[in-house]
Order: sequence, then C-alpha cells, then structure tokens
Amino acid sequence: MDLYEYQGRDLFERHGLPVLAGGVATTPQEARAIAERLGGRVVVKAQVKVGGRGKAGGVKLAEGPDEAVARATDILGMDIKGHTVHKVMITVTADVAEEYYFSYLLDRANRTFLCIASVAGGMDIEQVAAETPDRVVKAPIDANTGVDEAKAREIVSAAGFPAEVADQVVEVAVGLWQAFVAEDATLVEVNPLAKNGDGRMLLLDAKITLDENAAFRHPDHEALVDQASVDPLEQAAKEKDLNYVKLDGEVGIIGNGAGLVMSTLDVVAYAGERHGNVKPANFLDIGGGASAAVMANGLEIVLSDPAVKSVFVNVFGGITACDEVANGIIQALALLEQRGEQVTKPLVVRLDGNNAEAGRAILDGANNPLVQRVDTMDGAAERAAELAAAGV
Amino acid sequence: MAIWLTKDSKVIVQGMTGSEGSKHTRRMLAAGTNVVGGVNPRKAGQTVDFDGTELPVFASVADAMAETGADVTVIFVPPQFTKAAVVEAIDAAIPLAVVITEGVPVHDTAAFWAYNLAQGERTRIIGPNCPGIASPGASNAGIIPADITGAGRIGLVSKSGTLTYQMMYELRDIGFSTCVGIGGDPIIGTTHIDALAAFEADPETDAIVMIGEIGGDAEERAAEFIKANVTKPVVGYIAGFTAPPGKTMGHAGAIISGSAGTAEAKQAALEAVGVKVGKTPTETAKLMREIMSGN
Repeated sequence: MDLYEYQGRDLFERHGLPVLAGGVATTPQEARAIAERLGGRVVVKAQVKVGGRGKAGGVKLAEGPDEAVARATDILGMDIKGHTVHKVMITVTADVAEEYYFSYLLDRANRTFLCIASVAGGMDIEQVAAETPDRVVKAPIDANTGVDEAKAREIVSAAGFPAEVADQVVEVAVGLWQAFVAEDATLVEVNPLAKNGDGRMLLLDAKITLDENAAFRHPDHEALVDQASVDPLEQAAKEKDLNYVKLDGEVGIIGNGAGLVMSTLDVVAYAGERHGNVKPANFLDIGGGASAAVMANGLEIVLSDPAVKSVFVNVFGGITACDEVANGIIQALALLEQRGEQVTKPLVVRLDGNNAEAGRAILDGANNPLVQRVDTMDGAAERAAELAAAGV
Repeated sequence: MAIWLTKDSKVIVQGMTGSEGSKHTRRMLAAGTNVVGGVNPRKAGQTVDFDGTELPVFASVADAMAETGADVTVIFVPPQFTKAAVVEAIDAAIPLAVVITEGVPVHDTAAFWAYNLAQGERTRIIGPNCPGIASPGASNAGIIPADITGAGRIGLVSKSGTLTYQMMYELRDIGFSTCVGIGGDPIIGTTHIDALAAFEADPETDAIVMIGEIGGDAEERAAEFIKANVTKPVVGYIAGFTAPPGKTMGHAGAIISGSAGTAEAKQAALEAVGVKVGKTPTETAKLMREIMSGN
C-alpha cells in the first residue's frame, strides 16, 4: 500500500523524525483552520500518489489563512495526471539551504534491503544516478543487523554529506531505519531531506510503501487505506476475501491461482484482437478451494460490473476437483437467482485437470443455456471474446 | 536422479498437525513421498495416523533429523510463525526447506534469508508462497498434485502454482524430471537461476521450461545466466502482458513499477539469448514438444 505524503509526514512524526508542522484538509474551511493554527506563511500541497504535482500547479505558497483558503480552493478538485485531488496538506514553510536524498527500499534482485543516499537531493534520483553515478551511494543493508550508528556513519561518509550535518544525518538514518522496520515498509523515500537555514535537518517529503502481508501485526494500517480511491467492486471483493483487480475491458475473468489468471488475461486479450478488440474486464483469483459459495461471490462481483459482456471461468483442477468446481458454477448461478440477480451474460467455462471429465459432464447435464463449455484455454478465450464482442 | 528431491528424500512437515499440514501430509504420503514425521513442540512424543501410516511428532527440526535422518522439511505454519519455523530449519542445517505458506511479511523473509546466508547457506529454501517441488514418480514435497504427470526428462521452474500444473498437464505424455514452484513473492529462497543451474547439471533432464511473470528482473537475470551457462534447450513463458502498471496481480511480487518488470522486457531478454517464448501456455508446450521430438 502506497501512502499519501501527509500520511508519511504523520508516520515520520510518530517515529520522532523531524518534519514540518502541518495538517491535512479536505475543504478550504479545514485549510483555514490549519493555517490559523500554524500561523504565518504556509505551503498548500496537493495530495496525489503521482509525481510532478509541482509543475502541474499543485503546490502553492500562501501568506496566511485567507490565501490558504484561496489556494486550497484552487487545488482541491484539480486533476493531476488523471488523479483528482481530494486532500491538501498544509505545512509551515521551510527555509531550505541544502537538499539531500535518503531512502530505504527492498532490493528484490539481491534479496535484501538497500539504502540509497545522495547529497544531490530534490531531483529525480534515477536521473542523478544515471548522470552522476558517483554522487549516489547504494549500500546493501542486512535485514538482521540493520542500520545502527556505525552503519549509518559509514553510509553518511560514503555519500559525502558535509561534516556540519553528518551527526544529524546519522540520527535521521538510524531513526528512518527503525521506522522502516517497525512499520513493515518496503520503501521509505525522503526527497528532499533538507538542511534548514538554521542548520537543522528536516524530512520535507515522504514516499512510503507498506507491506500488506504484514497487516496482521499492524491493525492501525487499515485506517491508512484511502476508501475514496478504492474501486467499489475491488472493495466489495476484498470484503469477501477475493483477490480482484478492476480493469478496463469487457470479458469478465475468473480463475484459480494468480499466475493462471494473469495468463488468462493475456490469452483473452490476444483473442480480443480478432473480436472487436475486447479486453479482460478484471483479474479475479478465487484461489485453491473453489466452493460454490466462493464461486457465487466471484460471479456476483464480476457480473455486477456493467462493462462485462461475457465471463470466462478458467479453472485448472490441481488440488480442487473439477466436478466440485462445476457444481460450484451451477449452484452459484442458482444462488445468484435466489439473491434476485438476473444473470443474462454468457459464461464460457474451461475445466481441465483433476476430475475434468466429471466436471464437464455436470456442466452438460445442467443444460443451462448461459453456460458454454470449451475444453481448451485458448479455445475458450476465443469464444469468450467472440461473445463479448457480439454483446458490446 | 531429478534435482533436490529424489525417492531417497526423507521428508518432515512443520505444521503437520494443522489443517493444511495434515491434509497435504496425507496427499504427499499417497504420492509415495517418504514422509517420516512432523514437528510441533506442543505435541512432541505423540503420533498422528494417516490412513494407517503412524507418523511421530517431534519437538524440533533438529530432533526430527536426529531420529529419522530427515533431509527435507515442508513448512505449512501460518505467516505469523513462518520466520521462526524457517530459522529453526536453518539452525538444524536441514538441506532443503520448502516454504508453502502464503502471506509472509517480506521483512520476515528478508530476515530468514539473511540468516541463512550468515549460517553459510547450508539450507536450500524454496518459497515462500510456493507450491513446492515434485519429482514425479519419486517424491513430492508440497502441494503440487501428484497425478498430473509422470516421470520424464523435462525440467520445469515456475513462479506460479496453477500455471505450473497447467504446463505439467500440457506435457504429461512426455513427463518431467522435477517441477519446482519457486513462488511469487518479492524475496524467494530459490530463484530461476538456481533451478536452471541444477537442471543443466542433472543428467536426467534434457530440456527446461521456465515460467515467469511480471515484476522484478529475475527473468532478465535468468536470461543472462542461460546465455553463459545453459547448454540444454530452454523454452519460456511469461504471464502478465496485459497487466497494467501499479496494480498487484495476485502475487505480492507481481507488479509493474515504473518501466521495470514488464512482460515485454522479460520476453525480449529471453529471446535475445535464444530462448523460445510461447505466447500462451499451450503454445509454450508446443515449442517444448517440438524440441523433445527432435524437430
């Protein structure tokens, strides 16, 4: 889960890291209250999970509460690269003398964590790394020994931080690592890490990603989910423990196993190239044990997407027996009717693997005009795309 | 022969008394796996009956190894306890630990992986969040269905579970030496490269199928490895061509971030080193079929 900047600021503050005083507003009135509390000149910053908001006019200075209201009115509702601004963060201003870069992140390739630090902050670090690689330090961090003062000093010295800020950067580096671990983050990026006019360090921006697998030990992380930006179908699926991602196409997809479902999306998209350019409407992995209830929940979510014109159920029976899956589909359709759902969209079902013959026989025996059986993955994708194209 | 798991492997199960653990212990036994016991400190000294096979429960992996000579552990414990279970397996220096558990925090995986390195990498870790490893007709450690395919001379390495099963099914008439599901998490103990190296060295493997998916750059690095080290034919498949950036596709590691991790880049890297990449699983199987029939 990616956090907004204001959530990152709050998180840093909770971990005792130096940030600017501030607050978040969803209305100009709230912006006024925060600006009054902070006093003096403030910065109003659009809260969007996309870069380049400054250039888009999403960051403005305001001389006091009245101007803060005006700037918040301008920025709220603004569209920045397809992201609507629903919140602004108001902070006091910083008197920036120097800008540095500091981050911790997961290094998949080396199966460890990485610290990236540079005295050339404020810019895109990838660009700095490409143009002046000697100005960027990348230090692997052992997950078990982490970043203590000695390790932090090593990084700070390698990155060439000026002597007068070294002690403070060491402190930030250790504190930031502790926050990274304590919150189960996979990324904490501070750009810029600034030296203020008075010589103090400030974390002026926060890009944080939290590991959703660690949610069981962070009950407080649930509150960080931005409900307004979650797709309603994705939300409904999540409540039913289904792994669903909304996409832009017309062919609803249900399958078992993440890899097979990803593959199904591709195969449907290829078939769509021959049938009106229809595309997959979603990713939905119903997991290993596809009971009738799980299948019904999955079908209900997929069918409630008005963009869906046909549904492709692609199951390879590994642990799960295909006859159970077939029964699940038939029962799911009956269940949906009982729930008052009118199912009118055609389903193409491909069953293979464990007990496939029995499963296919059940589908044939049910004789449901909406259900079409096609026994190969590529053939079924072709048929689902064709039906979607006809229904568009 | 096969790689890492043979008919002589002696397997224990951490979490054998839990619901998933007991279900799959039963299946592994039915598949002919030599399961010799389980680990649960609270039930040490008891035995569990699996359709007539009485399996002892030990207090620790070390105890189980000392008593039975076990050299493989399959881990089914819940995510909260996975790190401790793997660390215990590493401490006992068991040669192979297969971590099935899904949903392990990546800080925990990073920690047990770093610990394994610090101990001299005496334990090969497969997973987490993986279906395990199967050498058809010999042994099966994990949740891969044993009846999809028989023994043969294709090696298979894959990030995905059901896609592994699909490929095994497509090529079931030819058969496999070993199928390894390495898992779809951002940090995993055994990589494509590890499996490619083992298959290259295995006299009973003639050709290799490699299944990847979006996210990370493991497939690109595997391509470099193939160029320098693999002489056996390799056929590839990549899932996730149509996945949009920024959306996690089921596996925690399956996400395109920025310009990195796209299926196109992976396909291009593999094709550049002579690996034929199928557009669909069926087409991939066809490419392998052509190789195995000498066409």
